[in-house]
Amino acid sequence: MSTDMYLFLSGDLFPLLAGILAALFCGLLGNHLILRQQSMMGDAISHAVLPGLVGAFVLSGSRNPAIMFFGAAGSAIVTVVLIQLVRKLGRVEPGAAMGVIFSVMFALGVLLLEQAQADGVDLDPSCVLYGQLESLFWTPPREWNEFFSFSTFNEIPRQIWTLLGTNIAVIGFMVLFFKELRVSAFDPGISSSQGINAGVIRFVLMLFVAGASVASFEAVGSILVIAMLICPPAAARLLTDRMGPQIIVSAVLAVASAVFGYVVSANIPEAWVRGGSVNAAGMMAVMSGVFVALAAIFSPTHGSISKARRRRALTKKIHLEDLLSALFRFRESGQPAASAQQLAPLVGHQRVARIALDDAIAGELVVVDAGMISLTVSGYERAASLIRKHRMWEGYLVDQAGMPADHVHPVAERLEHLSSPVPKEADAPHGDQHGKPIPPAN
Amino acid sequence: MSDKIQSSLAKRPEHSSDSPLSIHAMTVAYDRKPVLWDIDYDAPNNALVAIVGPNGAGKSTMIKACLGLVPTASGQVEFWGKPYKSARAKIGYVPQRESVDWDFPVSALDVVCMGRYRKIGWCRPVSRAHKSAAMECLQRVGMGEFAKRQISQLSGGQQQRVFLARALAQESDLYFMDEPFAGVDATTERAIIEVLRDLRSQGKTVIVVHHDLQTVPDYFDHALLLNMRVVAAGPVDEVFTTENLHKTYGGRLTLLAEAAEAIARRDRGH
Amino acid sequence: MGAPTSLTDVHDAMPSFDEIIRTLTLQGGFNTTSVILGTTLLGLAAGVVGAFALLRKRSLTADALSHATLPGICIAFMIAQSIGMASRSMPVLMSGAAISGVIGVACIHLLITKTRLREDAAIGIVLSVFFGAGVVLLSVIQTNPSGSAAGLNHFIYGQTAAMTRADSITMGVIAIVATLLALLMLKELTLVCFNDGFAQVTGIPVWVIDSIILALIVLVTVSGLQAVGLILVVAMLIIPAAAARFWTQRLWKLVVLSMLIGAASGYIGASISALLPRKPAGSVIVLSSGGLFLLSMFLAPSRGVLATTIRQAGIRIKIANDHLLESLHEHAQDATPPTIKALAHAQGIHPLRLRILALMLSMRGLVRIKDTRASATKSGLARGARVARNHALWEQYLITYADIAPSHVDWSVDQVEHVLSDDLIAELERALAGDAR
Repeated sequence: MSTDMYLFLSGDLFPLLAGILAALFCGLLGNHLILRQQSMMGDAISHAVLPGLVGAFVLSGSRNPAIMFFGAAGSAIVTVVLIQLVRKLGRVEPGAAMGVIFSVMFALGVLLLEQAQADGVDLDPSCVLYGQLESLFWTPPREWNEFFSFSTFNEIPRQIWTLLGTNIAVIGFMVLFFKELRVSAFDPGISSSQGINAGVIRFVLMLFVAGASVASFEAVGSILVIAMLICPPAAARLLTDRMGPQIIVSAVLAVASAVFGYVVSANIPEAWVRGGSVNAAGMMAVMSGVFVALAAIFSPTHGSISKARRRRALTKKIHLEDLLSALFRFRESGQPAASAQQLAPLVGHQRVARIALDDAIAGELVVVDAGMISLTVSGYERAASLIRKHRMWEGYLVDQAGMPADHVHPVAERLEHLSSPVPKEADAPHGDQHGKPIPPAN
Repeated sequence: MSDKIQSSLAKRPEHSSDSPLSIHAMTVAYDRKPVLWDIDYDAPNNALVAIVGPNGAGKSTMIKACLGLVPTASGQVEFWGKPYKSARAKIGYVPQRESVDWDFPVSALDVVCMGRYRKIGWCRPVSRAHKSAAMECLQRVGMGEFAKRQISQLSGGQQQRVFLARALAQESDLYFMDEPFAGVDATTERAIIEVLRDLRSQGKTVIVVHHDLQTVPDYFDHALLLNMRVVAAGPVDEVFTTENLHKTYGGRLTLLAEAAEAIARRDRGH
Repeated sequence: MGAPTSLTDVHDAMPSFDEIIRTLTLQGGFNTTSVILGTTLLGLAAGVVGAFALLRKRSLTADALSHATLPGICIAFMIAQSIGMASRSMPVLMSGAAISGVIGVACIHLLITKTRLREDAAIGIVLSVFFGAGVVLLSVIQTNPSGSAAGLNHFIYGQTAAMTRADSITMGVIAIVATLLALLMLKELTLVCFNDGFAQVTGIPVWVIDSIILALIVLVTVSGLQAVGLILVVAMLIIPAAAARFWTQRLWKLVVLSMLIGAASGYIGASISALLPRKPAGSVIVLSSGGLFLLSMFLAPSRGVLATTIRQAGIRIKIANDHLLESLHEHAQDATPPTIKALAHAQGIHPLRLRILALMLSMRGLVRIKDTRASATKSGLARGARVARNHALWEQYLITYADIAPSHVDWSVDQVEHVLSDDLIAELERALAGDAR
């Protein structure tokens, strides 16, 4: 085994693995929080487990994960119940209720921690926030073939097993209860009426979030938990539209954030930072944020670039088509060309009118001759089909549109300016509302 | 040459500066979904105008777009021939009742005073004169005795009347009201219609989003039938026809029957 | 590292009575006094500003903001150090904190308006990513040989012990500025919090007011960083306002109460921290305001849990009484009064409960109990008749005006006369009479 490999195995493997494992189950669970608009519950719970953790630690005097888990789960339950109580009984707005309870719980935790430290208990408050990934080093065997021995497994840090177990539990929960989780997130009322108590599902979900914070606190700290509960699912939501793909994408992004975050944190140029490494958990959180930013900007469906482009294209198209239809109407009334003054009232705003005219000239849809604008052959055809669509639409709206127009699915595609199927002629038999004829197709 | 054409293309159509509200080629879209399409409308002076149309026809959106509360994709809106910003002081607004949190810690009188904040000016407290003006407005809608009540302790109709009083306190010339008749009791309905008529007699214009076809001919002078586009607009007598309503509402039989009844009643009345 | 400590760690034993009095009356040494005064003023400002943050539903945004200050603190520190300024100078660090906090809030705004993400996700993203970046930067600073970095950790959990007198004065001055600004703009802030659409129409630009609220939150947050720490400073904003909300339905009272609760928790927190060992001021301040919140939630007369429960129980008893009187009124013509058992059965409640109700009513002279039978007295009958009429009118009203029935009316309790107008009641009575025919 090369020295590099040995160094990687001893110093990097488990911190990286811990990051990946923690990111994975948090990223998975976060999907159900974001769909319920409960993302901040993750934040609240991961802060609020502190008094339970410290309490259990102080009482038992050991870092036994089982005891710590019960302590933390206890304070998570208390938190969830208290938030609910304050919301319902006290009629406090949900955000504020959360803020009140989790900050009081956290304050209690800090106070307990302070007392515990005085009693010589070694529990570092900053470790709670950003973990001790770096402490997960081990001494791997020197040779590859020694890996599959009992003693090697014994060498693997306890935290890794905890994280692995949590992953199995979370994935099992999400697979087994996929349907229940989905229906209770989408419509709690329907869910409860079908015997799937949405309240219970939510409560169990919160328990899992609590479990996730406890399992990861020792290794990666609460900041990574909060980031992974929220960022990968949020980025996935910007990239997908269905729940299955969203969960898969979020898992991939969570793992990627952990890997990239770790790699970046360990490879900072020596010139910038002495020692060439920075806090890995923090960097993983930053990386997950980078993914959100990338998704928000570049997502092909929900990204801001594609959105802006779509909107611009639509506006341009509308104005171009308005110009063409106006010219068509003039022609219909026996005037083959129209002056700009005549068109002005029909084609809105200055800047866009200019762009529309330029577009039309460039697309050889209109020609300008001695101040008069007229349609070319291809312009005429395009205008005729537009007017046809337009008048069919009006006829359709008149005869069929008992339903509110914005409820027709999918409306946008059905409207004249968008390339779309036109209502069947039979649906709009009597021309448009002003009695003008509908131009024939072609 | 093209420049010349383009500069004249840029000229906007002349709208009469008498009209309190003129909308030209206004389109509103939420992302890809158009909600209002190419709206052209000139509101008459000194009239009560009902905006009527099916659910989702864009009635509220039209009002909000006029007031600059939702962005328009294209088109212009002018008030007395001026843009919204310079006409703001003359425009009053009654939002939908559901749009606010009625558990807010203010009294009915406090809410009405809000209608005068612009007149009072930034950072200055509400003076006694303004308070008594607000109180008068509350009395005009029959809510004088509830002035000190916290607003969550009022019934739906009373809350609506508080909103109306707040609009009165604005002392505007043009009012927009978003569904003021929705879910109110008979007393409130009567109070509102009294106030509306009062406003008309003072030469003001009120544009009301209205959902009840039956009462349109009784309450309003003008109607704007809306279903994404303007189906018809004008004096109620002219536009409130079975044909136009059919165009607006499509084939909804119960609504049309109601409307036919309302029209028949109106015709009998004439 | 980063362990929060008490304001004074001089003694491990309980303070003497004399010491307590001296500290509480602000005579406990110059530094202690200025810290206590500073946190009290901070609590005052946080109370005022928090009231508007609460009403504008910005509590969690404030949380994200305070977390987002960390990278700013670190960057300000690094810049100041690299250009050779005093890198732990408060104004420098506070401006860094304010800038990155505002950038964080801007990111939340962008995420909400430009993407499909909801507010909760946007807040969570900013909170965790900015804080993560801060942690990364902290680790960078810690590797720095010059070593003066340790102090930055105090901003996470807060450390009053590290505060100089100048720090306290800065904190107090900022707090006073924030309070005055909020009180000056009371009217505009209220309007935007209540109904932003209307504010916009009347010409009060909502974004300006929102920016002012944000600026106030930033002021309070950065000035509280050192004393309370960035994780808990948000509690100073939220808790006093949420607690004050239980006591009143008037905005100015809410603001004043919130101010007092905030100031009280600041004072109590800093004093305890000064008197007792190992009591970090931040936690104690938050816990004392948490205690005041708890008291308010249960004991406040207008919206408190206890008062509401008692009111509701009273209403339930009144309903049960009315029902009993109504059915006794129905049985008034019977030859023998009905047995309590039969009455209970008819109303679907336990006979024992009905007996208690009947006993209570008999003490008020409305019901006579003879052996196992109950009948109404004369005044009881009159009351029963009124109740019966009221119910009948309400039923008629519900049938006639099902679509507009105001939802807040409690049909079984409210008298028609209190809710409906006289002519409407007359109309309902006519309708009832018509039905009877």
